[in-house]
Amino acid sequence: MSQKGIISVNGTKVPLDGEKNLLQVVRKAGIQMPTFCYHSELSVYGACRLCIVDIEGKGIDTSCSTPPRDGMVIKTHTPKLRKMRKTLIELLLANHDNSCTTCDKSSACKLKDLASDLGVTNIPFKKTRESRKPDILSPSLVRYPDKCVLCGDCVRYCHEIQGVGAIDFAYRGEDVVVTPAFNKSLAHVDCINCGQCAAVCPTGAIIPRSEVARVWEALGDESKTVVAQIAPAVRSSIGEMFGIPESSVTVGKIMNALKVIGFKEVYDTSFGADMTVLEETNEFLQRRKRGDERTMFTSCCPGWVKYAEQFHPELNDQLSTCMSPQGMVGSLGKKLISQTEGKLEKDVIMVSIMPCTAKKFEKERPELSHDGTPIVDFVLTTQELGKMIKEAGVVFEEISPASADLPFGLYSTAGLGFGATQGVAEAVARYAARTMNGKELSDFEPVEVENNPQWKEVIINEGALDLKMAVVAGTKNAETLIGKIQSGEVSYDIVEVMACPGGCIAGGGQPVSYDSAIIEKRKAALKNAGKINPIHAPEENPYVQKIIEKMLGGKVGGHEAHDLLHTTYQSRKRIDFDSMSLADAGREAPVEVNVCVGTSCFLRGSQEILASMGDKIEQEHWSGRINLKATFCSESCSHGPTVTVGDRKMFKADMGMVVEEVEKQLGSIPAGAEK
Amino acid sequence: MVTPVVNAEKLNNFSKVCEILERFDRQPSKIIPILQAVQEEYRYLPEEIMTFVATSLGISPARVFGVATFYSHFSLEPKGKNIIKVCDGTACHVKGSSGLIDVIRRELKLTEKEPTTEDLLFTLETVSCLGACGLAPAVVINEKVFGQVSKKQMKDLIDEYRTKED
Ligand code: SF4
Ligand code: SF4
Ligand code: FES
Ligand code: FES
Repeated sequence: MSQKGIISVNGTKVPLDGEKNLLQVVRKAGIQMPTFCYHSELSVYGACRLCIVDIEGKGIDTSCSTPPRDGMVIKTHTPKLRKMRKTLIELLLANHDNSCTTCDKSSACKLKDLASDLGVTNIPFKKTRESRKPDILSPSLVRYPDKCVLCGDCVRYCHEIQGVGAIDFAYRGEDVVVTPAFNKSLAHVDCINCGQCAAVCPTGAIIPRSEVARVWEALGDESKTVVAQIAPAVRSSIGEMFGIPESSVTVGKIMNALKVIGFKEVYDTSFGADMTVLEETNEFLQRRKRGDERTMFTSCCPGWVKYAEQFHPELNDQLSTCMSPQGMVGSLGKKLISQTEGKLEKDVIMVSIMPCTAKKFEKERPELSHDGTPIVDFVLTTQELGKMIKEAGVVFEEISPASADLPFGLYSTAGLGFGATQGVAEAVARYAARTMNGKELSDFEPVEVENNPQWKEVIINEGALDLKMAVVAGTKNAETLIGKIQSGEVSYDIVEVMACPGGCIAGGGQPVSYDSAIIEKRKAALKNAGKINPIHAPEENPYVQKIIEKMLGGKVGGHEAHDLLHTTYQSRKRIDFDSMSLADAGREAPVEVNVCVGTSCFLRGSQEILASMGDKIEQEHWSGRINLKATFCSESCSHGPTVTVGDRKMFKADMGMVVEEVEKQLGSIPAGAEK
Repeated sequence: MVTPVVNAEKLNNFSKVCEILERFDRQPSKIIPILQAVQEEYRYLPEEIMTFVATSLGISPARVFGVATFYSHFSLEPKGKNIIKVCDGTACHVKGSSGLIDVIRRELKLTEKEPTTEDLLFTLETVSCLGACGLAPAVVINEKVFGQVSKKQMKDLIDEYRTKED
């Protein structure tokens, strides 16, 4: 299909080589073309109209949506086109919340840059849109609808790459807005907090939620011991914020900067990754020993974990129970430091520095706590760390390196590898090979699977190790894979899932970059950082061994490890609703009956129970005594239909069971009694 | 307060939604006619039902919300049992339709922002032409057209429909 031929761009002849649209041709010619709504990995939307070109014989059209043809003659910057672009920006600015000085996106805002590049010096148009409130409830992201330029990048990313569709356009004309369903907060819908919408947004309309102020506050509190851990991927990208070449190794600088900022101890999340490798491999082998032949899914990515909990609750017991590395360092760190400092765990403040917005959500999970005290108190993204470094007056370019603190500062190259896709799978496979065969795996090279470009696979058949693994990134790709595993079309022992394409190095909390090669550069930087690390295997990390001795009862997979390093999952509703009341008594009725009509219960016949219950209430004159409700997910999808009577939850319910329970509960409450 | 009659109706409606989904074969492309049919049952589109429809069709609730807010004939607010449409088109306006609107708002304690009575008995809608200019001022209650309505007649009509309910 690739077009051959020549196109004239501003008088220069440009040969065609399979470019899909004129925009690519223009850019190949070395011409700057502004765009808001074009992303090569997303569908073409053609809404911002900034990419307009003048095509001879055809007139003005958007270059991103025009296929190139041999012999075309186009111009990109005629006075008319320049004027049109300028007007477009002026129109956007008329309705924009122009608070650039206080906007977190200021340093990477395409709108601000374009306004300056196109010579906009005043805004001749009047505001026409009503202001909308920001959405501040999500732990991961903040949305400012008044900064939105309606390019739809976030909408398409969420839908096309993540397969979530948490946000979309709503209303029409002047009122068009990008919003979660029913104008709810991102916190109350199916958003998995990956932050990729924020990464593609050209303005500050969606940004990671900042915890910088609260961290400064904790640092200033003398009663607290404030410590930090930094994730593998942070060192691959922080340099971007300071103009440091991508290949440089910045981890030492980060550690020193954190000390200057005031952290008492600085640790490396890669230590937690080392622990994860040991625990997760052991868990997998235990599952097989128990005769559980099902696929095990990795659990280090909290975006993926929330996705699974929402869309595939039936997989909850196939997710590895291992906490993410941030959770492991948090859990071990809080316990150990509180002991050595003679403090309560709540007075040890664990700050994680992550490439990821979903980790902000993860730290709020009740599962990640010790007796109600969170094991991670704050999560700063790489972006936020960069800002703190600047605020503290640290000249990052020049600061000398320092080493991380022990015991959680030492790590293996394998643990460091968690920062990019395939890192977890590789570390687990290699460790399994070493333990089972007593020697290194000869090779680990994920390959494309025919007809299934969504993921890559590795088939290992060496000595005692027989392992089929898949590596997938982007939750839409994961969805395809899950479908094929469930239909039996493919089978894998272990599947590594990362919500962000590329893995953590491409996380939603990384510095904003419009460089299409940035992921490759960060990958290389992470590799570089690994090269200088003397420890290669997690089990060779002497401090991993020490912690196992000291805190985990001397073994991997023991009781202590179970308590400190493993977690549980919950089935989640897609959208937070109260239940839909179908036959309430108009006040608090003595007995409440909740019938789940979520998709999976529905398919198992919950609707019939609901209907018969309605009849029954009438027949028995129970109205006023029973509150009949339909809920959209009782979060026990695999045992549906789920019906709750009073506080008793019944699985695989049928009408007989429900009536029996209702009668029993009604019997214990005399008629006419009210609460 | 909520009566058992309404409860039965709600239950019944919910079964209807299931029937509607079956009728359209759970085809995501049929989202607009599906929402239309659902709206006929409920007289508006409740959020929970939209989510239910979205999940059943395998599309995101946000997209269904987008569709529902894009077309003006979808209503996201509950509507009354009786819909009073008063024409405020040129012909009707000249013949005093705004007086009728005032009467209705006063009688039913409605405002422009809150066009539905609290007891969900009435909703007032103003339309720009009912295609009955010869009968100006024209009023339609549910499907029934009333022509050359005076203020007094309007009041009587409201009372008539109010008692119809009891
Ligand atoms: S964070 Fe991810 S899931 Fe949530 S709205 Fe943004 S892209 Fe969608
Ligand atoms: S929020 Fe950002 S990415 Fe989404 S439509 Fe608005 S400007 Fe574009
Ligand atoms: S980039 Fe072409 S219309 Fe937006
Ligand atoms: S103007 Fe009233 S019916 Fe046409």
